[in-house]
Amino acid sequence: MKRLVAALARGCLPSIVALLASSAMAAIAPQTIRDLAFGESDDKIKAIGALSAGGDPQALPLLQALLDGEVQTVGEEQVLLVQGEKATDLLTGKTVSPLPENRDDVVVNNRIRRGLGTAIAALKLSAPDRSARLAAAKELQNSAGEDTLGAITTALAKESDAEIKELLSQTQASIQLASTDRATRIAAVRTLAESSNPSTKTLLLAVLEQKGGSYVEPDAEVRGEAEKSLRAVESKLTTGDMIGRIFSGASLGSILLLAALGLAITYGLMGVINLAHGELIMVGAYATYVVQNLFRRYAPGAFDAYLICAVPMAFAAAGLVGMALERCVIRFLYGRPLETLLATWGISLILMQAVRTVFGAQNVQVENPSWMSGGFVAMTGIVLPWSRIVIIAFAALVLLLIWLLLTRTRLGLFVRAVTQNRAMASCTGVPTRRVDTLAFGLGAGVAGLAGCALSQIGNVGPDLGQSYIVDSFMVVVLGGVGQLAGTVYAALGLGIVNKLLEAWSGAVLAKIAVLVFIIFFIQKRPQGLFALKGRAMET
Amino acid sequence: MILGRAFMPDATLGAPRYLSLLSPGGWSLYGLAAVVLLVVFPLLHLTVPADSVLHISDYWVTLIGKIMCYAIVALAMDLIWGYTGILSLGHGLFFALGGYAMGMYLMRSIGHEGVYQSDLPDFMVFLDWKKYPWYWSFTDHFGYAVALVVLAPGLLAFLFGFFAFRSRIKGVYFSIITQALTYAFMLLFFRNDTGFGGNNGFTDFKRILGFPITAPETRMALFVTTAAALMGFLLLGRWIVTSKLGRVLTAIRDAETRVMFSGYNPLYFKLFIWTLSAVICGIAGALYVPQVGIINPSEMSPANSIEIAIWTAVGGRGTLLGPVLGAAAVNLGKSWFTKAFPEYWLFALGLLFILVTLFLPRGLAGLWHSRKKRS
Repeated sequence: MKRLVAALARGCLPSIVALLASSAMAAIAPQTIRDLAFGESDDKIKAIGALSAGGDPQALPLLQALLDGEVQTVGEEQVLLVQGEKATDLLTGKTVSPLPENRDDVVVNNRIRRGLGTAIAALKLSAPDRSARLAAAKELQNSAGEDTLGAITTALAKESDAEIKELLSQTQASIQLASTDRATRIAAVRTLAESSNPSTKTLLLAVLEQKGGSYVEPDAEVRGEAEKSLRAVESKLTTGDMIGRIFSGASLGSILLLAALGLAITYGLMGVINLAHGELIMVGAYATYVVQNLFRRYAPGAFDAYLICAVPMAFAAAGLVGMALERCVIRFLYGRPLETLLATWGISLILMQAVRTVFGAQNVQVENPSWMSGGFVAMTGIVLPWSRIVIIAFAALVLLLIWLLLTRTRLGLFVRAVTQNRAMASCTGVPTRRVDTLAFGLGAGVAGLAGCALSQIGNVGPDLGQSYIVDSFMVVVLGGVGQLAGTVYAALGLGIVNKLLEAWSGAVLAKIAVLVFIIFFIQKRPQGLFALKGRAMET
Repeated sequence: MILGRAFMPDATLGAPRYLSLLSPGGWSLYGLAAVVLLVVFPLLHLTVPADSVLHISDYWVTLIGKIMCYAIVALAMDLIWGYTGILSLGHGLFFALGGYAMGMYLMRSIGHEGVYQSDLPDFMVFLDWKKYPWYWSFTDHFGYAVALVVLAPGLLAFLFGFFAFRSRIKGVYFSIITQALTYAFMLLFFRNDTGFGGNNGFTDFKRILGFPITAPETRMALFVTTAAALMGFLLLGRWIVTSKLGRVLTAIRDAETRVMFSGYNPLYFKLFIWTLSAVICGIAGALYVPQVGIINPSEMSPANSIEIAIWTAVGGRGTLLGPVLGAAAVNLGKSWFTKAFPEYWLFALGLLFILVTLFLPRGLAGLWHSRKKRS
């Protein structure tokens, strides 16, 4: 299929170009082409402006060719469109073969290049395809000059798409700010109030600027309007900033939640302190990496679906490692938490070194499937990446499943029974040993899911787990032992507080502030946010 | 407690058998060790020619000097973990703070010999700072630096311990919080703006108390000081654990609530031994830095602090000599392993953690004790 397309393209494209060159170029006045090719910079820019304002659809390929350096001159009479080994005389429309030796490039300096870019964008604005128009409108927003005003106004009148229309009217207003007509300027300033683009703020500030005691903008009414618009834009920017920050806080919180959920099961419910938890996350991430590689090699067509397959694989890989650990090491250390802590640290060292030996010490590449790239545009300038949105939803789903498992299934009942009173549960016939293994496997599997999620937004390397272990323990400590609700509140709270502080004081200080906060918080509520109530004296 | 299964530690574990400081045999062993470390070792290094079999090379002087610093740390860890039952995962922090305090003095004694020939250390010139920040004041005086070595870890431990012990944070909770503390400090010291050289920390020291720091005599003096400190702290530790204070500490380890019901307030006992342990760690760090010639924030990484716990566990908690030997054994093993099979060291260390906790809960010392009992 691909090959067929390629063959078609190879065969047909030159002929299409040649067709364009012969028929279309002839429609453009030869004088304009001469100006473009032989004129001084000013002549060239004037010619470009004329082509752009004319709105002639046939001007686009010519300008694009000029920008790409495909237009060359021979002496003072021939202007050639050179594409590979073929050349077309733009003035006569005839094919020139063989290529003349004494060709010269048409000089395109930065100023002309800018002019060309704007003109091409203006021409693209009349393209039938929506995404092409949108791209052109975005390009114009940052580079438009007065020469494109005509093209924009024309396009605006014809445009039906709301998003493109908004972009264009913003751009139009910013050009009109330089107008000599007072009413135009006021209208422009008013239009700008609708914008939520940071560059609009700069634009409005420039209107209000003072130079040598007098305002840049001589008219007081325009200035008053500008101030009003400025305030409107600023409030929109602040809102946008806040949305962005809360979103990244929620995103961090969802990641912390995923990392801490497994810990809430192994530590909160079973009382096993597992310092290898971070490495179980890493195992999940590497399982995702392996699945990705398998898909790339054996099923490249279904590559986008690899993640769906990787989720259960990550769960299974980490879960199996976890169950093996429980059977071989942790089982013998129940009731000795400090020893468990040391032994699991040893396990984490071994797992890390094992991964280094198998996969190498460098980070490995895990690619997002295409449906997770890009983002949801909440406002101009604020893009919420799909990958993070998917992870937030994924965390919520995992939470729901764990809750269902713990409260609605037989295994969950057993886990809760063993947690509350091991001896009594054993007496009533609960196979406590098997429940231990399964519960630990579940906690480890959830860590694997966290690793699968993390592989989509961060680096995957042997040290991956180390960076999350302290944070996830903080979540469990803050949330309180034996409660899922506490873990959820603590994870989201820590995530959002961390991100809000980060904007105010920088990432490292924010992290330190959060840790200090936790240490003080534990003073007040030594058992965490949601402590199980009881009267038993601790032994 | 969560599992409904009370853990009763072996009641004889480290309970002082003698109320005398050391037995006669103990004293003679102690004297022998002192003579070897303080007299024989320096003589063999300084006076015996380099080509002789008996000569002790620079490599061994540095290595053993380093290991003695680690042994002091393991001893401090043993006082708080082995005897009082509080596992700290933050002792690397106190070690590093002592090291940084000494490092500040060493940095200022470089004088104008840095790369930029400035009054300020190179990293401050690099940050375009014009003068020392306030917390660097007086650090050019050796006496103040020594005071800082004791005060910085001591004050931090006192404050942290007061708040933690007052709200009865204990067991694993305490361990995790200390780990978070050292992690926070590591992040803080990694920042360039904190004023401690960021990533690179302090290095390129030139002299200490006016003596060139690389001269064999200076190195030997540092070595002897470290050895003396180790011997001194051994005796201090022995004195504490054989005293009534030591009995209360052991009682807190074994049954804290009963100690409370007997009318003792565990807070002050814990706070005392915790602060003392931190100060001893700080002194070890201060002795470590001039011998190794570098201090950077990676000393505060949580991994380092956990490694300290394993030295103590390997040697045997609740014995004083055990952790010293444990630190020596693990670190000698490490320096051999990282040279012979660098990629397998972490496997070996990991296995050590697992095997010691599973099969040697009382460490090497416990092994020796049980053999003595059998014969």
